[in-house]
Amino acid sequence: MKAEARIGLILLLTPLLLWLSLLIVIPHIDMFLVSLRERVGVGEYRISPANYLTFLTEPLYLRTFARTAIMAMLATLITLLIAFPVSYYIAKMARGRTRSALFLLCLVPFWVSELVRTFGWMILLRETGLISTLLQWAGLADQPVEMLYNDAAIMVGLVYTSMLFMVVPLVTTLESLPDEVIEAGYDLGGTNVSVMREIVIPHATPGIVSGCIVVFMLSLGNYLTPTMLGGKDSLWFTELIYSQFIVRFNWELGAAFGFLLLLLSSLIVWGMLRLTGHTLERTMG
Amino acid sequence: MTQRKAVASSTFALTLAVLAVPASADTLRLLTWGGYAPENVVAKFEEETGHTVEVTLSNNEEMIAKLRATGGGGFDLAQPSQDRIAGPQEEFGIYKPIDLSKIDTSLFIPSMLEATKANTTVGGEIYGVPHVWGTSGLVVNTAAAPGVKDYTDLCAPEVAGKVSYRLKRPTLIGFAFAMGEDPFAAYGDEAAYTEIMDKVEAKLIECKPGVKTYWSGGDELMNLVRSGEVVASMAWDTGGWKLNADNPDITFVAPASGALGWVDTFVLPAKGKADDVAYEWINFVMRPEIAAMITEAAGNFTASKGADEYAADDLKARYQASFPPEALDNIKWYPPVPAGLEAIEGGVLDRVKAAN
Repeated sequence: MKAEARIGLILLLTPLLLWLSLLIVIPHIDMFLVSLRERVGVGEYRISPANYLTFLTEPLYLRTFARTAIMAMLATLITLLIAFPVSYYIAKMARGRTRSALFLLCLVPFWVSELVRTFGWMILLRETGLISTLLQWAGLADQPVEMLYNDAAIMVGLVYTSMLFMVVPLVTTLESLPDEVIEAGYDLGGTNVSVMREIVIPHATPGIVSGCIVVFMLSLGNYLTPTMLGGKDSLWFTELIYSQFIVRFNWELGAAFGFLLLLLSSLIVWGMLRLTGHTLERTMG
Repeated sequence: MTQRKAVASSTFALTLAVLAVPASADTLRLLTWGGYAPENVVAKFEEETGHTVEVTLSNNEEMIAKLRATGGGGFDLAQPSQDRIAGPQEEFGIYKPIDLSKIDTSLFIPSMLEATKANTTVGGEIYGVPHVWGTSGLVVNTAAAPGVKDYTDLCAPEVAGKVSYRLKRPTLIGFAFAMGEDPFAAYGDEAAYTEIMDKVEAKLIECKPGVKTYWSGGDELMNLVRSGEVVASMAWDTGGWKLNADNPDITFVAPASGALGWVDTFVLPAKGKADDVAYEWINFVMRPEIAAMITEAAGNFTASKGADEYAADDLKARYQASFPPEALDNIKWYPPVPAGLEAIEGGVLDRVKAAN
């Protein structure tokens, strides 16, 4: 009977283990080995940390990474600021059909691919686009306005793309907060601000933290949005990795960049958790 | 007991089914550019031979990256440009030699076939035969930007904010020629090439404020020029001719320092499984009447002898307007890119992209 149970467990785990080892662990080991190679001549390689040193000694790559990380953090913050009131309304104030409808509205944009959504933003923001034309028609601008190809456009795209991933965990945690607790807060003489600060936000913290981690990682690893909306100044770290692999045939440096991205982003998430006094176990558990 | 065995064996069978990719010899997996295998040509080939053709669209860099990732597997026939065959072959060994006896060489324009053979020879073996050729130069709205005659004119203050180009190697090469350098002559000399690229880098950084955006796909460029947001850009000849059909002011201009000429080829990936079908396809599409169908779809002329006679008159007229005889003689054909040169160019492109 015990043996049966063990076989069952093994069979249940097999797909997951196969998935993890074949598609994630083994490619990463291979990638790590590639990142340690240095090209010395046609088809000749030797093992060296040269690719990692390139990252550290070339200010361009460091700057790009810093820029990407800061923009991703900013995007996370803006997403949180926009998503929190929305989630609060959906979870606590809206009732019945309105609530489902609102939640559905958040979901609908994700039924089309990210590419289509980004193209949508391009149509709106470009010089001959909808917003520019409207502004001219309303007399607010006397010539076409270019709103595409700058950092603000990237930010708009990133926030829009990650909104759902913030709203869902927030709504879930806020829903689990009983209305009576909030009422009790008011009964005991709490103001809007103090109830929010003492009751709602502490309760929603796991949702906020997990939402922030997901949005940060998604923004940091995004490729499409920064390249398409950012134009000539869109420097993004994933873009560097892509161009090393595909355009420059320099897999060694690309692999090193990939590893550094994994390492540094994990480090940032860990540091942020420590800074705010949380641990991953408590958030996820 | 038997039940457990059944579960185990079915798991095993499932794993096998996932791992074993069925390979059919009658399927031609073609890795090519948009327009090079139009549906009507594929349908005709399938009808005539009974084979099926699976087309995957790509570009030079992605083709090489894809073949490198699999060691030359996954496709039976690929179409990189002739200058990108010798380098990757030496470095990664992703192609196999072409057996010219299986190709009807009388279908090719002899001079083009010989030039491609010479450029794609590695270790005495020939790796490529020519298919489609064309040039890159400038697409200009002649009404809005009459002053743009060469690559460096894209930096002129009159067109600031209304120009675009790709941040890729053709731009570096084009600017180098327009600045009076000869990058092709420096291909074999890394120090001299680096020096030229440094000058180009300085120029491109100086020009950056006037650039609207760096385009990355043909359709993106078409939109920019069609909407009037961009009045002058580096582009392929066919892009200019297509736009010319919509707006007669816009056309392809061969730059004063010379348009850059490319030839896309046929190569056999090292682990291709349907070489005979690949040869059949080559011989099929090089027939003049079929080549003309490809010219109609892609907009570019082919290396097929006698296909010009079938080409549409308006395309011929645009081609002649863009290429007077002296411009035709001035085309700079890409020589094979030595392995390792991309790293120098890559550094330049990264720094230009990062500059403010």
